[in-house]
Amino acid sequence: MDIELMVTSFPKLLSAAVVTLKLLSVSLIIGLFIGLLFAILRINRNIFINKFAYGYSYVFRGTPLLVQIFIIYFGLGQIEYLRSTFLWVILKEPYWCAIIAFALNTGAYTSEILRSAFQTIKPGIIEAGKSLGLSNKIIFYKIQIPIAIRQSLPAYGNEIILMMKGTSLASTVTLMDLTGVAKYIISTTFKPIEVFIVAGGIYLFMTFIIHNVIKFLEKKYSFSN
Amino acid sequence: MELLAFGNTGWGDELFYATLMTIAVSITAMLIGFSFAAIFTPLKISKNKLLNFVANSYTTVIRGVPELLVIYLFFFGGTGAVMFVASIFGYNEYIEINAFITGAFAIGIISGAYSTEVFRGAVQSIDKGQFEAAKVLGLSKFAQFFKIILPQVLRLAIPNLSNVWQITLKDTSLISVTGLVEIMRQSYIAAGSTRDPLFFYSFAAVLYLILTYLSMKLINRLEVRYSRGY
Repeated sequence: MDIELMVTSFPKLLSAAVVTLKLLSVSLIIGLFIGLLFAILRINRNIFINKFAYGYSYVFRGTPLLVQIFIIYFGLGQIEYLRSTFLWVILKEPYWCAIIAFALNTGAYTSEILRSAFQTIKPGIIEAGKSLGLSNKIIFYKIQIPIAIRQSLPAYGNEIILMMKGTSLASTVTLMDLTGVAKYIISTTFKPIEVFIVAGGIYLFMTFIIHNVIKFLEKKYSFSN
Repeated sequence: MELLAFGNTGWGDELFYATLMTIAVSITAMLIGFSFAAIFTPLKISKNKLLNFVANSYTTVIRGVPELLVIYLFFFGGTGAVMFVASIFGYNEYIEINAFITGAFAIGIISGAYSTEVFRGAVQSIDKGQFEAAKVLGLSKFAQFFKIILPQVLRLAIPNLSNVWQITLKDTSLISVTGLVEIMRQSYIAAGSTRDPLFFYSFAAVLYLILTYLSMKLINRLEVRYSRGY
């Protein structure tokens, strides 16, 4: 066991964890909007809109995240037309390609979580809103969305942790996130176990924090108080 | 379309074999995962605190650390570990372990952590009366487990195991970083030599979609089979 390597690599891995957290938070925020949008499309009665939203979530949940990143990072650059538009400014950066892939991926899972939350809201609650004379818009924004968000907190907490693990794939498109730096240190020192303990420890710590924040939010927004 | 031709001119046959490789790695990893679950599920539900701790650390660590990091640990660490054991027996040459075995093992350990949680949930949701009834009938421990408990556990576990299977199948794409030629690696090679990454990665996505779709169909049939009588 090389304790010295563990001590010297700790600050390097810690600063790489900041990159991981940045990737995670930006893609979660964008993904949440995408997820909410597609969840609303999913409960739409129009069959085309409905099928389109289902197709999106099916494709992104049925293929590995690695394929999605590679299509966006290596694939889209091949389209000549895209290179001439302003989109190219974003698509030539591995950082933004990774974020687009992560956001679309977590958006698909989030839309499923929110959809099932919308569908489990009891019709009586909506009827109660109607009999109070509230408009459909207010019922949706003030009753359905808050209940759905509370309902989906536990599942969304899992999704955050899965996404945190997913950000490790950013290292495959040259980004130096926690896994990327860990791999670099492993391949230069050939001490995989030591590096794994430190990097894995940082990941576990982040999982622990996320888990407890979600637990706290669940308690805070539980129906009983 | 000529890019997908079979034979020397296209990538059809290469991608076909790569798909078979993905299926083979996924099944092997899933089975390795089951054997881990068979060891850790009893530890998880045991009343012994120490055994509980061991099983909980396994599932918590594996489920809290990225799959890619676990794969790197096995990829870089596997050779070292095997060579260390070999050096004890006096063999000091360089040993290269098969990418298939390393990959299947790494994914298997991950899949095992998820399977353990599924089996734990299933065992715990079986009514206590079933265990007692099996005992009262005077069945041997072996018969109690295999004839009474296991069929019920499987019925409850199959829907969640199907999720574990989907995760495992998609995780195998990560083994491509170790050089094993499965769908992802083959697409990478094809994309590199034809300079058409958009086509090949999209095709890889389609292959994965077909695999997840077909396995869903198959698992649904299993589910029906194991819920006979309910």
